[in-house]
Amino acid sequence: MTALPHDPAPPRARRTRKTLTPWLFLAPGMAMFLIYVLIPIVQSVWVSFHDWDGLGQMRWIGLANYSELWWDDAFYTSLKNNVIWLVLYMLAVPAGLMIALFLNQTVRGIRIYKSLFFFPFVISQVVVGLIFSWFYAPGFGLLYAMIEWLTGRGVAILAEEDYVTYGIIAAGLWPQIAYCMILYLTGLNAVAPDQIEAARLDGAKGWRMLWHVVLPQLRPATFIAVVMTVIGALRSFDLVSIMTSGGPFGSSRVLSYYMYEQALSEYGYRMGYGAAIAVVLFGIMMIFISGFIWKMWRDEKGL
Amino acid sequence: MLTSRKALALAALLASAAPALAQDRVLTFNTNASDPAPRQMFETLAADFMAEHPEIRVEINTFDHEGFKTAIRNFLTADPPDLITWFAGNRMKPFVDAGQLMDISDVWAAEGVGENLASAESSVTFDGKQWGMPYSYYQWGVYYNRDAYEAAGIAEPATDWDGFLANCETFQAAGIDCLTTGSKALWPVAGLFDYLSLRTNGYDWHMQLTNGEIPWTDDSVRAVFAEMGRIAPFITANHAAIDWQDAVALMVQGRAAHYVMGNFAVAAFRDGGMTDDNLGFMSFPTINADIPRAEEAPTETVHIPAGARNPDDAKLFLTYLARANVQTKMNDMLGQLPVNSEASVGDDPFLQAGFEMLSTAEGGIAQFFDRDAPAEMAKAGMEGFQEFLVRPERLDQILDRLERQRQRIYATAQ
Repeated sequence: MTALPHDPAPPRARRTRKTLTPWLFLAPGMAMFLIYVLIPIVQSVWVSFHDWDGLGQMRWIGLANYSELWWDDAFYTSLKNNVIWLVLYMLAVPAGLMIALFLNQTVRGIRIYKSLFFFPFVISQVVVGLIFSWFYAPGFGLLYAMIEWLTGRGVAILAEEDYVTYGIIAAGLWPQIAYCMILYLTGLNAVAPDQIEAARLDGAKGWRMLWHVVLPQLRPATFIAVVMTVIGALRSFDLVSIMTSGGPFGSSRVLSYYMYEQALSEYGYRMGYGAAIAVVLFGIMMIFISGFIWKMWRDEKGL
Repeated sequence: MLTSRKALALAALLASAAPALAQDRVLTFNTNASDPAPRQMFETLAADFMAEHPEIRVEINTFDHEGFKTAIRNFLTADPPDLITWFAGNRMKPFVDAGQLMDISDVWAAEGVGENLASAESSVTFDGKQWGMPYSYYQWGVYYNRDAYEAAGIAEPATDWDGFLANCETFQAAGIDCLTTGSKALWPVAGLFDYLSLRTNGYDWHMQLTNGEIPWTDDSVRAVFAEMGRIAPFITANHAAIDWQDAVALMVQGRAAHYVMGNFAVAAFRDGGMTDDNLGFMSFPTINADIPRAEEAPTETVHIPAGARNPDDAKLFLTYLARANVQTKMNDMLGQLPVNSEASVGDDPFLQAGFEMLSTAEGGIAQFFDRDAPAEMAKAGMEGFQEFLVRPERLDQILDRLERQRQRIYATAQ
């Protein structure tokens, strides 16, 4: 064998290797991203300009699906519910922080309490939906019985168009709070004890300590918690499907569920219309996603 | 040593190849029979067919009843079986239009097949051709609890609408829901609407409505909704949050008196503890006495996908399925009514009552709202019915919306 370490490769080849290697490493990921993300997005936009039942011929109808959306009451109901979801789902972030602060102490058996609080995130969303459906169920549901006992008249949350969305969001918050809590618990582990000590010596306590010393150090955890909660709120599909199927009379629909209903459910198969809804939902998500990416880019540049 | 092993392997290969050749005649049959009784029925049906045709092997793939509705589109295009279960009427039209089902007019035209199935012919016919083989149907009607009648002090159910509504007030005073339903899945309210429509304006009008020939803002539609508004206050509160089985429990417990349902609910009533002594059945009350009585009875069908690999044996199977004695046995197991007019109806009192009711329905027999109307119209309509029952004051808004849907849906359908 000859000495390999000082393999005198010509500078040209080394340069190509330097520029080529990162691309080679990126290639599998990029191929996946292309096949499973970019191409489907383009296809969805393409399908949204057609009238198609998924079986027969596609018929080009231009913007007709979008103009129909413009006049569609059900679309606005879904949009409104999505906004309600976005706003109320954000409660998971402060609630998760509160529980994390509360649990972040050294008491005997604290790990058990932590895992109990984390439990709702471990169980499937389907199970969460079922549990809350029973909780709200007219007749035997615990909440229904409690309201009946208090006011004399039971309220079936999932049958009332004015309450149903809030009822589902409450069910969704249960696991989401647990998720934010675990993010903050790990964040709290990384809080520098010397800074807390220093702040204490300076006389900081309670809210001031939390606001000026602890929270700034939790910024990465807060960022992830907000991102995950926004995405969770926008793709809230499973709970709506399990608890109400969008009912009563469509008043608890969100965009993702409406898209499924139009494109894939029993009475749907309007692929074009479903795709148009998907494109709108994608547009809304893009606003948030670009915001997050912009922020991440700024942070990395150290601006 | 080596050669003998080779010979063995060759022999084994031949042995495995020989039966494969003999069993080339395989029929794959995708069914939605996920409930125990239908599942067993299809297994028995396949076994009986194989006993008569030993050279053919029937392989049944059972899908979940709801999951089947979405799976069918995938397997029809990707890997079509030889036989599938589906529903007659407009529910099969998208598949006919897309060329996914096989024209089986030749099976219908064969000696002794079509003439005995005449009652269901129109529901499987498009463009003058038959696309499916009906084997079973069941009546919809009013099931009631005799114990609830006793508790409210009412002797007999009224057969006219005004009398029925008057009884409802007595039930309400006794703290019993006059009519129950669970409309979470929407379709149960369509049964109620269909009957109100058939009784108010008649069969022909109902068919025109579901064919998109009548504007939803028309006064004749308002007349149907007016009757619906009269019964609305007597329907179980919060029905929008419960499934149809939950409403069965209310009737079994005597907290509700009537249920407009299909005959498949009888099994659920019996599971809940009701017997032939306290479970009653009647035809939906008369609203307009001048209108010939029409009833509702959805038909169950078997079809051959256009891409079937073994269409000849599949047609043989459908010919077998059409036979009177086969349909008698199948429907005995299902607790439903055979379509073949030569077949005999089971002893079950509700089946007998249903058969009697359907065979004397001079007005006609409708399928069901979601089979008579195109899928999108059915969905929009059922949502409208549910909304109206909960918020009757929104009638104008609901009808305007349905009319907009009608203009769009039937325009694209043509």
